[in-house]
Amino acid sequence: MRKTTALRAAAAATAALLTATACGSQRGQDAQDTAAGGACKGQQTTGITDKTIKLGGIYPLSGPASAYGTISKGVAAYFSHVNDKGGIDGRKVEFVVRDDGYQPPKAVEEARRLVEQEKVFAVFQTLGTPSTAAVWDYLNKQKVPQPFVATGASAWGTGDQHPWTIGWQPNYVAEARVYAKYLKDARPKAEVAVLYQNDDFGKDLLGGFKKAVAGSGVKVVAEESYEVTDPSVSAQMASLARSKADVLLDVTTPKFGSQALAADAKNTKWNPLHIVNNVASSAAVLEPVGFKNVQGVVSATYFKDPADPQWAADPEMKAYKDALHEYAPDADPDNQFNAYGWAVASSLHQALDAMKCPTREGLRDAVRSLKDVKVGMLLPGVTMSTGHGDAFPLETMRLMRFKGERWQLFGKPVDTRKEFGPTAK
Amino acid sequence: MSTTTASLGTDRVRWLRPTLTVLVAAAVAVGAPFYFAPFQVFQLTMVLLYAVALSGLNLLTGFGGQISLGHGAFFAAGAYTAAVMLDRYDTGHLATLPAAAAGCFLLGLGFGVPALRLRGLYLALVTLSFAVFLPPLLKRLEPVTGGSMGLTVDKLQPPAWSGLAEDQWMYFVVLAVTAVALLLARNLLRSRAGRALLAVRDNESAAEVMGVRLSLHKTLAFAWSAMFAGVAGCLYTWVIGFVSPDSFSFVLSITLLAGLVVGGLGSLYGPLLGAAFVMYVPSVSQDVSEAAPGVVFGLLIITVMFVAPTGLAGLPGRVLGAVARRPPRTTAARDRTPEAESAPGAEPEYQALSGPSETHAPADPAVVDAEPVGAPPRTEKE
Amino acid sequence: MTDLLQQVVEGLGSGAVYASLALALVLIHRFTGIVNFAQGELAMLSTYVAWQLVASGMPYWLALPATLAVSFVGGMLLERIVIRPVQGAPELTVVIVTVGLFIFVNALAGLIWSFTVKDFPQPFPDGGLDLSGVRMDWSTLGIIGVVAVVMGLLYLLFQHTSIGLVMRAVACNPASARLSGIRVGRVLMFGWGLAATVGAVSGVLVAPVLFLEPNMMGGVLIYAFAAATLGGFDSPVGAVVGGLFVGVAETLTGAYVDVIGADLKVGVPLVIILAVLLVRPQGLFGRAAVERA
Repeated sequence: MRKTTALRAAAAATAALLTATACGSQRGQDAQDTAAGGACKGQQTTGITDKTIKLGGIYPLSGPASAYGTISKGVAAYFSHVNDKGGIDGRKVEFVVRDDGYQPPKAVEEARRLVEQEKVFAVFQTLGTPSTAAVWDYLNKQKVPQPFVATGASAWGTGDQHPWTIGWQPNYVAEARVYAKYLKDARPKAEVAVLYQNDDFGKDLLGGFKKAVAGSGVKVVAEESYEVTDPSVSAQMASLARSKADVLLDVTTPKFGSQALAADAKNTKWNPLHIVNNVASSAAVLEPVGFKNVQGVVSATYFKDPADPQWAADPEMKAYKDALHEYAPDADPDNQFNAYGWAVASSLHQALDAMKCPTREGLRDAVRSLKDVKVGMLLPGVTMSTGHGDAFPLETMRLMRFKGERWQLFGKPVDTRKEFGPTAK
Repeated sequence: MSTTTASLGTDRVRWLRPTLTVLVAAAVAVGAPFYFAPFQVFQLTMVLLYAVALSGLNLLTGFGGQISLGHGAFFAAGAYTAAVMLDRYDTGHLATLPAAAAGCFLLGLGFGVPALRLRGLYLALVTLSFAVFLPPLLKRLEPVTGGSMGLTVDKLQPPAWSGLAEDQWMYFVVLAVTAVALLLARNLLRSRAGRALLAVRDNESAAEVMGVRLSLHKTLAFAWSAMFAGVAGCLYTWVIGFVSPDSFSFVLSITLLAGLVVGGLGSLYGPLLGAAFVMYVPSVSQDVSEAAPGVVFGLLIITVMFVAPTGLAGLPGRVLGAVARRPPRTTAARDRTPEAESAPGAEPEYQALSGPSETHAPADPAVVDAEPVGAPPRTEKE
Repeated sequence: MTDLLQQVVEGLGSGAVYASLALALVLIHRFTGIVNFAQGELAMLSTYVAWQLVASGMPYWLALPATLAVSFVGGMLLERIVIRPVQGAPELTVVIVTVGLFIFVNALAGLIWSFTVKDFPQPFPDGGLDLSGVRMDWSTLGIIGVVAVVMGLLYLLFQHTSIGLVMRAVACNPASARLSGIRVGRVLMFGWGLAATVGAVSGVLVAPVLFLEPNMMGGVLIYAFAAATLGGFDSPVGAVVGGLFVGVAETLTGAYVDVIGADLKVGVPLVIILAVLLVRPQGLFGRAAVERA
């Protein structure tokens, strides 16, 4: 017995090592990291040359959150599109996508692969709060930029421990402020029932909303949460209906958004003003519920919804649809996540163009000194701005109401910075 | 049983080679972090860490015959114990290990008592619902656990005297813990308790008649097993430095069980193979198909089960059996179907695993005998 | 009081959803003695087949039988191609094959139909009954009704047909069954086909309520497991009673017990199951295993 055990142990150890050797790389390759000369002396130029720039991204291509994996297709389509037109400032973009299955340990592994093996210039987008939180310490220690993470947690822009990491989309607190302001203006005495996803996303938004309405006539009278693993939110909706609140704030992800909208439509005895958060506001979420059932629903947004006919003639939208058709024929151009990918990639394009030095430090500084940068896929009136003490690129959103078969923007763009001061924890 | 009798008749020549092999393996294991790139060392560290959890599950499922789909919860309990101690009480890393081990041992003991009443499927599904329940519970205990944002804690840092990089130091620490854990698992099985466990698995009623204290041993098996999972969770916190409730969903529990069965149930080194499988195969899947890694991963699991129904650990024995044209064993014969032979995915994996090791020496009778210790016997269904 | 009854109705609604899938789980367990992790995903796949047929212009009432037929054949093929090769292997190996199948089918559906939520036609009329303030949708009633019918059919199949007897023999001891002249392979294929069909019914029923997307059945599966465990894994009646019980219990505690709340309500079935199983280890309606030493 002992003999065979020993043999097996040896075999197993060797096997594990051999699997690892598959890539054949060795320790000590860190020496290849390069630095710039001239005015940018001493700064890191890993992953960037005069002709190329290598970026990595980590998305859930498998597992429970794979619905978001398609963002990487929008990003990749944008870079292919730009490469065909000569690249970013003459540099061809190479975009390496890795799958973390929405598991933090896997995200750490893939981030290390991108940095240590692929030698990327920057880790452009990690998706989801858990994955991002798992890797940002590492990336900041390695001094690798982690621009425009695909999560709206407010943590990415508060605190100064992680200068290499920055968010992009309006953070959940900012979004909550938009709704709070709208209610304070339009329904100053509103009683609000809240349905929220029991994770950082839901809690951040709910917390931001409560803070923003504090001291006003708007009150949160009922709140119910659901887990991403729950089959449905119908029970929660029935509980909320008991509150008889006159506003329902619906903080859900797409599938649960559809369920909540349908449950609201079915309940003819309770007809609150339904505010659905941006993540679940795509026409693709509303359509299955039936447009007749979602009339008058309110939401806020910052980029153009590809499923919305009002942008059909928009040049950027046309470029997006053509590029997606050409480079990612299996991706659905009407899916808002593809458009999100396109928008965030073109935002990075702008940031790369703005770099003073073509270095990692250059990118780190560029994303933190954006001045009213316009991006084609963003709504008119929504621009990216960051600066000293402000690490949130997008903090402006526009309200919209669903009418007929499409969203209609109303009111002026709401700049949450001006309304409530900088986002703080 | 046959392996046990074989080991009684040892002779000196046959002792020499395994000793050498162990030394070589040890040398390779110690040398690895100096050869591989840091991120590959990190991957190896993760393999070792999962192997600890799997060998714990192996004690329960492989040797004890009780199926648990809740080991992800014990893993999470260990990870959170470490993270909370580091975060709130600022204890050193080393202090968290015994705490996580003891805590999970007690938790396992508590679970072992109701588990006594439940068998097979029912136990599996009750433990699964425990794994489902844990993440929301962790979110609720926000003041302690940091809620859904989780806790970020310091990773294990190398002491200055070692002169090692962070990943190397972590690797060695995890290697040491893993070695101790695997040895402990092996010795547990050889102890009175282990033999009792095997007896219970093979025939519960007979064991009881023989005077084995059933309830005691089954409960203890659960406790030991939970302790291993907790230790693995604690190591996880040291290595990743971040815990969040959604990292420990029930998918983790199912992955652990799948890893164990793929690696080889009831084999002492099956957990290592299983850990390597759950660690490396998802990345391989992505290299094969970027569009849908899950399609490839799912297929690979099925393929491995076709080729090696008793797990990868049983594969060399099966192949040798076929090569030696011994009268095929019942299980081996029945699954040699066209599908099994044309399975493309698992072939390279298998070759890489067994190629250079000495296991292939066809003349060695002991190896041919080495049908996985615990290929669970085909007992009648209940 | 009206509120309470309304919550009970909601609970029955979700309970019927769990029960529908639990029936398929019980069926496959009766036939093969294993628990099929892929059952929910197969149901989801069947639902996509139905969706595809309807989307390509086929009337709903034609698409439905077509889907059931496709599911039946698909289930049989699945048994032949995926399960048969590991037939003789340890039980856990078969279970892990179904886990592999789960991952495979889920990713495949995502690949083919994407993860965007799909609208699935509702066979039952809009609106519902209003019983002195308590509203019950026709769709909820419809699901409960269909689940009851399926349950009745399965009960008849198990108790009053020769196939039920044969199937029990196969599940108990395949070797002996084969020796007594039963064509075990065919029986197993039939079992998988039937389970896939019952699963398809479940998927088609719940898709209009939960909305169709590849992860639609993932959450249902956990609750269906709970329902089947509570009811005893052998009994269709148990699966339905278990499902309704779990649905009502979690809805009520989620709504009225503030300490538990909606976030921890998933723990309620756990506690109930544990309590029931400690008293009756074979579940509410299961038969106790009699063992030969």
